[in-house]
Amino acid sequence: MWELDAKPVLLWSDALVFMLVIVLCTFFYRLRNDPQTRERWSQVFSSRLGMVTFTIIMVYVGIALLDSLHFRRALASPAGVETTEVFYDNKVTSVLDLMLDGMGDRYERTYSAPLALKSFEKSDMKDEHGNLVRDYEWLEHAGRHLASPADKWPDLLRLTGIALAWGLAAAALVVGLQWVLLRGSAYPWYASWLVQAVVICFMVWLVSVSHYYHVLGTDQGGTDVAYQSLKGIRTGVLLGTLSTLVMLPIAVTLGVMAGYFKGWVDDVVQYLYTTLSSIPGILLIAASVLLFQVYIDLNPDYFAVGMEKADARFIALCFILGLTSWSSLCRLIRAETLKISQLGYVQAAHAFGVSHRRILGRHILPNVVHIILITFVLDFSSLVLAEAVLSYIGVGIDPSMGSWGNMINDARTELSLEPAVWWTLAGAFFFMFMLVLAANLFSDLVRDAFDPRSGSGRSGA
Amino acid sequence: MLAYIIRRLLYAIPILVGVNLLTFTLFFVVNSPDDMAASQLGDKYVTPAAIENWKRKNGYDKPLFLNDSATGLATLTDTIFFTKSVRLFAFDFGRSESGRDITTDVSTRMWPSLAVALPSFALGIWVNICVALMVVMFRGTSLDRWAVFVFVALMSISYLFYIIGGQYLVAKQWMLVPISGFDPDFKPWKFLILPVLVSVLSGIGSGARWYRTLFLEEAGQDYVRTARAKGASELRILFRHILPNALIPILTGVVVLIPSLFMGSLLIESFFGIPGLGSYMLDAIRSQDFAIVRSMVFIGSILYIFGLILTDISYTWADPRVRLS
Repeated sequence: MWELDAKPVLLWSDALVFMLVIVLCTFFYRLRNDPQTRERWSQVFSSRLGMVTFTIIMVYVGIALLDSLHFRRALASPAGVETTEVFYDNKVTSVLDLMLDGMGDRYERTYSAPLALKSFEKSDMKDEHGNLVRDYEWLEHAGRHLASPADKWPDLLRLTGIALAWGLAAAALVVGLQWVLLRGSAYPWYASWLVQAVVICFMVWLVSVSHYYHVLGTDQGGTDVAYQSLKGIRTGVLLGTLSTLVMLPIAVTLGVMAGYFKGWVDDVVQYLYTTLSSIPGILLIAASVLLFQVYIDLNPDYFAVGMEKADARFIALCFILGLTSWSSLCRLIRAETLKISQLGYVQAAHAFGVSHRRILGRHILPNVVHIILITFVLDFSSLVLAEAVLSYIGVGIDPSMGSWGNMINDARTELSLEPAVWWTLAGAFFFMFMLVLAANLFSDLVRDAFDPRSGSGRSGA
Repeated sequence: MLAYIIRRLLYAIPILVGVNLLTFTLFFVVNSPDDMAASQLGDKYVTPAAIENWKRKNGYDKPLFLNDSATGLATLTDTIFFTKSVRLFAFDFGRSESGRDITTDVSTRMWPSLAVALPSFALGIWVNICVALMVVMFRGTSLDRWAVFVFVALMSISYLFYIIGGQYLVAKQWMLVPISGFDPDFKPWKFLILPVLVSVLSGIGSGARWYRTLFLEEAGQDYVRTARAKGASELRILFRHILPNALIPILTGVVVLIPSLFMGSLLIESFFGIPGLGSYMLDAIRSQDFAIVRSMVFIGSILYIFGLILTDISYTWADPRVRLS
């Protein structure tokens, strides 16, 4: 099962996301001694809600990172051919695929309901006498080990029991380790541990039951829906973070410069963001993506495997989303910088002859960091939601790359079938909703902690 | 006041020029007309002759900025930049790549868009204010906290699910309204109920949450404490003191959207089969009709700038302390 013979593949988006992780880690590592920041973060994490939502977000991020470690499997050399050259599969696999243990490789012919044994639609078959009959076909990868179909529910119960036992054991290990390390802590870690235990049990159950059944059924192409939903996590998380990463340098540089230097710099920056924000966002994004698509179509030789082409389009989408959405953050930072540069300590620094660079770096930037942080968290959920809409319009993620938007787009008419095919939509809905809800709730907490004036949540009571 | 409006209108010109330059760069410099022709014609028929033919037919066979072969003013006017971009300022949108007149299309498709967008907009604001007021009445209780949680949960559901779910439940399961379609002459309201309902419902989460914040901000002001000290009832405080004052930020927040209502909603219109500008844009994007996309970008920007001016005017109207200068 676990072949060691593989060639690692570093997609551009993988490189970018690991770079982002390093940047964020250094950022927080450098902030760790700042008493004000510590106090604010401890306010976020001293609530149970903060712990729970943060854990959920981390689970998603973890899955996304596992899904970003790509490689190409070595193919077994054809029988009878002696060769020292190793050929690699054209399909790019990720560590997550390995951990899901072939969940994505068990295809059916077409739709099947969750945990079903037979296909959803009738098809032509031959019975044992060779007569043509029209009936529901048995699925290829569901319940093949059962003696009779009636055994399904007892078998499921048994599988669930075993999976829960293993899951609880694994959870006990993970949580126990943290308990040893963190039991004296003042933060409500138990809330996080509860979530971790639930997630671990769920994942163990999902992977083990998926061996024998399709937990969320299959879609029109016969792919496992649960697998697709899990693959959508990477796309959602990466899009939400990388777009912001692209947007931040532009917004911060222009905003700080406009607020600090004023005069014609301010005029130019204001003109730029007013112009940009007056264009209907969706049209600008659509136009840019279409133009990039034309470019890809006309230069197909730039990309070695299909995945790289999809990845190029994905990165282009991140860049386009970032380049078209910096105006609101820029406006906020400009206003804040205007305010700060009037303050006494900045004036004093001027009087002492401190250079512009030093004033910007020491006095202005650290004081707008909280705006950047709030925007980062706030934008994340809206970008995840935007991906679905863009994919529906046809300017989103490449259809060959799994994403919730593509799932919804493919399944949007399935509810009007009779009986309705609900599981594709349900899968996309559940995984997307959990992430966006957690991110929204967490961003509320962060905003309350870092910007008490915002007045949302409990502070207004 | 008039001088101010005129100044703002003049200020809009450079912005529109900027929008124009940006779209021009996107459509003609980043991708040359040759690339566009190749992708429009499809892979099979790409011969240099076919490309030239397509460019001539759609008027892309001119130089970008300067036409050296022409004389006099035509050096500037007989170019792609002039015929495709500058003419937009005269509201001359030209023809789409499928040969239809864009101006006629826009003016007929505007009204179905408005028929959906206007009721959704008005009803949405009204419902959001009512819900937010109800929540504010229970401020500080656990009901308030749960309401905020529900708002956030509603916000976290993708817009697509509201539409798909609404169509499934209301139209397919309960069979109350048609699933989609539009008929301007025969009972149009029947086709409008569901789109309006879906857009109002999907907006409650973020809208009511925002209005609640505004109301709470007002509830912490001194004049509210004074009113309470004076012995005014909670209901009177809410409706006579908090509501009118909170309406100012609400008003100025939504006025900017009013002109853009003409543009309609991309998703609503495409799901419900409403022949408005939203579905027009979506079709243009899907068929890669850049002439339409270019025109709609221009119209959208004009409407947005118009909305900004309206916002400033509404400030003075709602809050007499604000003077425009």
